Amino acid sequence: MPAAAGGDRRGDPGADRAVNLVGFGLGLAVAVASLAALAVLALPGRLRPAAAGAGTALSGAAGLVSGIAALDGRPFSLGLPGLLPLSGLEFAADRLSGFFVAVTGAVAVPAGVYAIGYLRHSGMSRSACAFLPLFVASMLLVPVAGTAVTLLACWELMALTSLLQVLAEHPRRAEVAEAGRWYAAMTHLGFVCILAALMLAGGGSLTAARHLPAALAGTVFVLALAGFGSKAGIVPLHAWLPRAHPEAPSHVSALMSAAMVNMGVYGIIRTGFWLLGGGARWWWLLVLALGAVSAVYGILQAAMSSDLKRLLGYSTTENMGLVLVGVGAAGLFAGTGERVLAGLALTAVLLHVAGHAAFKSLLFLSAGSAAQRAGTRDLDALGGLRAGMPVTAAAFGWGALAASALPPGTAFVSEWLLVQALIHGLPGGGTAAAVVLPVAVAAVALTAGLAVATFVKAFGTGFLARPRSDGAARATEAPVSMLAGMGLAGAACLALALVPGAVLPALARATGMTGAPAVTGLVTLRLSGIAGELSPLLLTLALLAVMTAAAGWLRTLPARRARRAARLWDCGAGPLTARMEYTATAFAEPLQRVFDDVLAPETGIDVTHLDEARYLVKAVEYRRRVPDRVERRLYRPVLAAVHAWGTAGRRLAPGSVHRYLGYGFCAVTALLIVLAVAR
Amino acid sequence: MTRLGIAGGIIQLVVVTGCAPLLTGVTRQVRARLEGRAGQGIGQPWRDLRKLLRKEPVTPAGTSELFRIAPLVLLATTAVAAAVAPFVTTASAIGPAADLFAVVALLALGTATLALAAIDTGTAFGGMGASREITIMALAEPTLLVAIFALSVRAGSTNLAAIVTATVHNPAQVVSPAGVLAAAALALVTIAETGRLPVDNPATHLELTMVHEAMILEYAGPDLALIELASSMRLAVFLGLLATLFAPWGIATTAAPLALAAGTAVFAAKVGLLGATLAAGEVFTAKLRLFRVPELLAGSFLLALLAVAASHFLGAA
Repeated sequence: MPAAAGGDRRGDPGADRAVNLVGFGLGLAVAVASLAALAVLALPGRLRPAAAGAGTALSGAAGLVSGIAALDGRPFSLGLPGLLPLSGLEFAADRLSGFFVAVTGAVAVPAGVYAIGYLRHSGMSRSACAFLPLFVASMLLVPVAGTAVTLLACWELMALTSLLQVLAEHPRRAEVAEAGRWYAAMTHLGFVCILAALMLAGGGSLTAARHLPAALAGTVFVLALAGFGSKAGIVPLHAWLPRAHPEAPSHVSALMSAAMVNMGVYGIIRTGFWLLGGGARWWWLLVLALGAVSAVYGILQAAMSSDLKRLLGYSTTENMGLVLVGVGAAGLFAGTGERVLAGLALTAVLLHVAGHAAFKSLLFLSAGSAAQRAGTRDLDALGGLRAGMPVTAAAFGWGALAASALPPGTAFVSEWLLVQALIHGLPGGGTAAAVVLPVAVAAVALTAGLAVATFVKAFGTGFLARPRSDGAARATEAPVSMLAGMGLAGAACLALALVPGAVLPALARATGMTGAPAVTGLVTLRLSGIAGELSPLLLTLALLAVMTAAAGWLRTLPARRARRAARLWDCGAGPLTARMEYTATAFAEPLQRVFDDVLAPETGIDVTHLDEARYLVKAVEYRRRVPDRVERRLYRPVLAAVHAWGTAGRRLAPGSVHRYLGYGFCAVTALLIVLAVAR
Repeated sequence: MTRLGIAGGIIQLVVVTGCAPLLTGVTRQVRARLEGRAGQGIGQPWRDLRKLLRKEPVTPAGTSELFRIAPLVLLATTAVAAAVAPFVTTASAIGPAADLFAVVALLALGTATLALAAIDTGTAFGGMGASREITIMALAEPTLLVAIFALSVRAGSTNLAAIVTATVHNPAQVVSPAGVLAAAALALVTIAETGRLPVDNPATHLELTMVHEAMILEYAGPDLALIELASSMRLAVFLGLLATLFAPWGIATTAAPLALAAGTAVFAAKVGLLGATLAAGEVFTAKLRLFRVPELLAGSFLLALLAVAASHFLGAA
């Protein structure tokens, strides 16, 4: 459908110099990553973290430059027929691929800088360090894959290198292996879906629109949605995400949660809008519904989770859900010919992808250093980190604000744009829109509200208040390189939060929907075609002005005296202990009760009585667990069936050579009979 | 930024800051009279503030910088909301900040900051109050946004100034089914967001029933004064939003001094009347159990959803 953007993707003779910048950047990124990987293998242990981290950061920086050049509209294409037998590899970049390359590169820079300090303090194996830059390079190549075969090759490379990263800490924690198995199985099932979708679509170039029969196009789209959606962590294919993302080392968690999930979004947009050129309305209603369910379910599980990194993993599912709500809305609007609104919705999607990449990197990096320093990820055992690690605590606080759709946060602007697109779609959308759009707005709003609750919980109980364990009490600040990584990610959040107008026109052009950008203005964002304006910068300045004025006014009070330290109010019963604090679990308990029917938590109370007197209680034990309900209902039966099948199949292989020869004989005979009949 | 908008912004900031404690005084006085008490007079909240401001600032042991900044953030968010919303004039002081979502999100930012400060004290009360307040806020959010959706359909924009101008030009919209349903939904959310009965009891200090009061238990002196002032202003802003969205009559459309004076007087009268009605209603209401509050909010959400449906299916006429 966006033929204007897709058609001129390759073969512009006047752009020789430009070809060089996009291609040069990508080539440099791949070369630096490969060299860094080799260097890590060759160097002694002491220098490995620096080589791996610096290689990752430099590779990311080269990718960022290349992505920005492509986003700027410089076409690029490159054929490497000799590299892969039969089909060869072909790379091509348009604005959309440029955007995703730039985001991936931008995430890799802080993650790489952070990895230098993180790897030094965690002592990881040689291979785990070596594959880090290669993981980044393979992610940079996915969006610029020009053909189906190239995409699949890069996709698989990305999956394998990330799997090795997830497994990096397996000698220390038993859960890592299980997370790795889940991830390996799910990512390959997703790969099978994408493979089937692209083969059904006829393979070949990824940008030329196909004219397939409606039923076939629908099948292709659903398969692609399943394959790419599983990478993006969309419910119900999200089961691997809250396992694998937390168990990986934190810079890898950041790369996976902030950059790799975006590849799923890229795949859905590329398949839906470019390859299949729009499509039927039910596709986009399906995408929208999946997005809304993922957003609400993801944030609800995040609100219940008391594992800091698992909470962030579920929040990724939530944010990808919001992104899919936008993609679905854009598809609906484009289908009814409202291209201005479709452009606005897709622009909101891209801004949210960029914003999510920034704040999720920041959150995972700061959570990682908190977990490393305090020795635990359990929010119920953390707390009080602001005293020992003030910079990390401030970084997490800023990330939490950016993630919770409150001004002056990063997600606030993109969610505002998304809601604007949804609201203005009502008048021209007909009855379906009148039913779907209000529900979508309500889902986005509920998600926003629960996100505030989730991040108040994560920041409040994890970093404020008093430490709940010895590890948290003893935690000291992370090394400079880790702080620098957080600083870079935090600066990106700040820029996207205050002056999103600097990138919005470029993002709007990358959607390929309309000639004029959907949003204009640097300080004040103005929507084109519909009434709506917002200025995050002015809003923030107004807030700061009032705060400064009020603080100044307090200082001028005649009775102003110095602050006096005082005891907390403890009912006169002596100092309060950390056991008396509200924990993360306690904080989320009201929400758990409210959403009891959705979450189906498992609680149990064991009361043991004294032997002498049945009326006196000796001990009370309370257990609570909030299992992932989708996982239990959907995955357990399938896994049980597979297991039963495997057990049954074992009877066929008792170890007798005669029987195996018999199988071979039967198989050959059957084949010959089939061939004879078929001739 | 027009002259009208800037004049309105300054007047609103002054009026809301100056009169919000009086509004709290009015609600308390109305309650007192209806309950057969003499009451403390409507000036009492100002006298309390003056007393608190003269006291020594106190830092409870183990609290961080966030605890000290939170009152300022709360005051700033409320003050900005009071300045940009079109209460006295149809134009806004900072047009691009007067989006209804932005105003709602600003007020939520204040709530979230205060909740963090409450957790920061590390006391059971702080955590309990924060947990309850945040739960109520999270559940009120869908109602707020969907009600805003319903209101924006007729104006074609979520900008407050645009919605108010559209209502002034076409007053019949207010009594349309969509308008009435949205008003009912927003009124319920206002009660929840400002911590009034039956969601929270502003007069209680009983552990089991506190929400807002539990959060601010550790504050004293000037910090507490800021929070009390901001809470009063928050009530005024929410009631002002209700008044200006559903009864914008008398609002100043030109920057003439007479029009501005009339706009200010009408705004003060409307908010005062709404406050008195709220207080009168509270006399006859008991506080709900915390876990019954979601049912109330679900009801108001349904009203908001019906408002959107009505604005689409019935509002075209």
